[in-house]
Amino acid sequence: MAGRTLYEKLWDDHVVRDNEDGTSLLYIDRQLVHEVTSPQAFEGLRLAGRQPWRTDANLAVADHNVPTTDRRGGIADPVSRLQVDTLDDNCRTYGITEFGMNDPRQGIVHVIGPEQGATLPGMTIVCGDSHTSTQGAMGAMAFGIGTSEVEHALATQTLVQQKSKTMLISVDGEPGPGVTAKDIILHIIGTIGTAGGTGYAIEYGGSAVRNLSMEGRMTICNMSIEAGARCGMIAVDDTTIDYIANRPFAPTGEQWEQAVAYWKTLHSDPDAAFDRVVHIDAATIQPQVSWGTSPEMVVPIHGSVPNPFKETDEARRTAYARALEYMGLEPETPMTDIWLDKIFIGSCTNARISDLREAARVVEGRRIADNIKLAMVVPGSGLVKKQAEDEGLDRVFKEAGFEWREAGCSMCLGMNPDQLSPGERCASTSNRNFEGRQGQGGRTHLVSPAMAAAAAVAGHFVDVREF
Amino acid sequence: MEPFRQHKGIVAPLERANVDTDAIIPKQFLKSIKRTGFGDNLFDEMRYLDHGEPGQDCSQRPKNPDFVLNREPYCNATVLLAGRNFGCGSSREHAPWALKDFGFRVLIAPSFADIFYNNCFKNGLLPVVLPEETVERLFRAVEAEPGYQLAVDLPAQTVTTPSGEVLAFDIDGFRKHMLEQGLDEIGLTLQHADAIRAYEERRRREAPWLFRA
Ligand code: SF4
Repeated sequence: MAGRTLYEKLWDDHVVRDNEDGTSLLYIDRQLVHEVTSPQAFEGLRLAGRQPWRTDANLAVADHNVPTTDRRGGIADPVSRLQVDTLDDNCRTYGITEFGMNDPRQGIVHVIGPEQGATLPGMTIVCGDSHTSTQGAMGAMAFGIGTSEVEHALATQTLVQQKSKTMLISVDGEPGPGVTAKDIILHIIGTIGTAGGTGYAIEYGGSAVRNLSMEGRMTICNMSIEAGARCGMIAVDDTTIDYIANRPFAPTGEQWEQAVAYWKTLHSDPDAAFDRVVHIDAATIQPQVSWGTSPEMVVPIHGSVPNPFKETDEARRTAYARALEYMGLEPETPMTDIWLDKIFIGSCTNARISDLREAARVVEGRRIADNIKLAMVVPGSGLVKKQAEDEGLDRVFKEAGFEWREAGCSMCLGMNPDQLSPGERCASTSNRNFEGRQGQGGRTHLVSPAMAAAAAVAGHFVDVREF
Repeated sequence: MEPFRQHKGIVAPLERANVDTDAIIPKQFLKSIKRTGFGDNLFDEMRYLDHGEPGQDCSQRPKNPDFVLNREPYCNATVLLAGRNFGCGSSREHAPWALKDFGFRVLIAPSFADIFYNNCFKNGLLPVVLPEETVERLFRAVEAEPGYQLAVDLPAQTVTTPSGEVLAFDIDGFRKHMLEQGLDEIGLTLQHADAIRAYEERRRREAPWLFRA
């Protein structure tokens, strides 16, 4: 038999039945549920008089709407409060495990899944959220779905799916100092474009990916969706298995041994064929900064804002001109001349413990610049927050002038009060720089945690390697 | 769900690539726990000059006169013509809900983002993929003739222009069938409940750790 890719192995293991038209009914092992995309799904169940197929396959948490300041008084915004209350009610009614807003385990859904060992290698993992792709780093098939599919998965424990094409992105060699997982994935998106992965399941491989921690791998898989792919994944190795050991939802004893034996098979076979292969030389990757309103609009830190008039492709010229207008930038401005108003270190891309450590190392013993109106650190989960506090990172940040917040999505999308005001410019460790993403008229530049930290101290973008 | 077979309507041109779901329906409207009522806030930031919040009376808000959907005859459009990678970004199904609620039945673009494309079918909205050059040509035709209409035939998989030109499009059989019949996908899947149970039993033996409560 010809070798199979990791994606094909995961696919084959979850087919309940093949439909006549080429789609398949796939079994879903784990569904993560959050407050924004689930109310209409539960409502649908109720209207149809249906019950969840398997309540224990679901894990719920509120993350998008929750305040990151003191929560003891509850949520001030009544509309946000209703949405979070609705999740609480639905979980109670249907017996679904939920980490409530004041539970120390609460956090961003894609951070807590792996952190709890609730998402494991070999699983099919879905959530009504496009960044579910994050969890493919575990050697799993993890993808975002819409609310109708949330309802479908709740009611049937399956989804009707069309098999994707497969793409291998192999990043080989040694990345230079100061180059992080975030820079690797921004560079990849800059290379293949935001639609480059459309229709594909991406597997990331190569020595530079292998050498990353689980946190770094999650950062890479997280932004697969920004590259147009629904899921990104990385083969299981010892790093994966070590990460999972002893997590609360992970198997133990004999089942652990059994699981590990199976997980070790979760990699693409040497003779497996991909539909597309992209090679990237890690040594050429520089710290990245996005300048525009699409994640593909990135340049290395020593680059400049592009000049739309030099673009020969008309669509690109228009898109660039529009982006520059929105971003309030002049063509050919060096990136290091861009001054900032706010700094956001957080989101499911970069709010795990290693991200906070990297940022803290940069700001230690320094102060944020006078022009920075707000610099905030929002840990990915309550447990990340606690770990960071145990290591004294909160003090490092606070002494430098950062605000130290409670866990949640926060200013990644500003559904809670954490938002940019019109015209404000932010260095953000999140994943989307779309118009209005962090607040209407807000201007987002995507960077790594270390680069955001360095920018906070300098007041403008700087090369963290020269810092 | 409402079945979709044929549709003819006014085409609104939105000549931009990478229109993301945040642009289609900004996040503040995602706080609703309902499926309906998003139409007034479709493309909110492009459509209005002020900042929109849920629960406002949109008829009182200052409109951006340059935005296509604020102009006659496009305010009555039911077919949206857009640039490539339409619907990229988040998985929010609020995006197709808002498009549908506004009155759109058909979207035409050179490409759509995956999750968005899939979500359209769950809501009786037909996304049609046509080659970039064809879409480009349609933009020029709409520009030359406001009120330009296209006729879409799902069973025949064609789009017909006013001059009678027939453009064929591809669509996978399952999605076509579901949309044509307006079927409840969950109901269909539950017809295979025995297969799901049989799968579960086998997996429980092979991979018991997946079933720990
Ligand atoms: S942190 Fe941002 S990208 Fe991640 S789930 Fe929350 S809103 Fe979405």
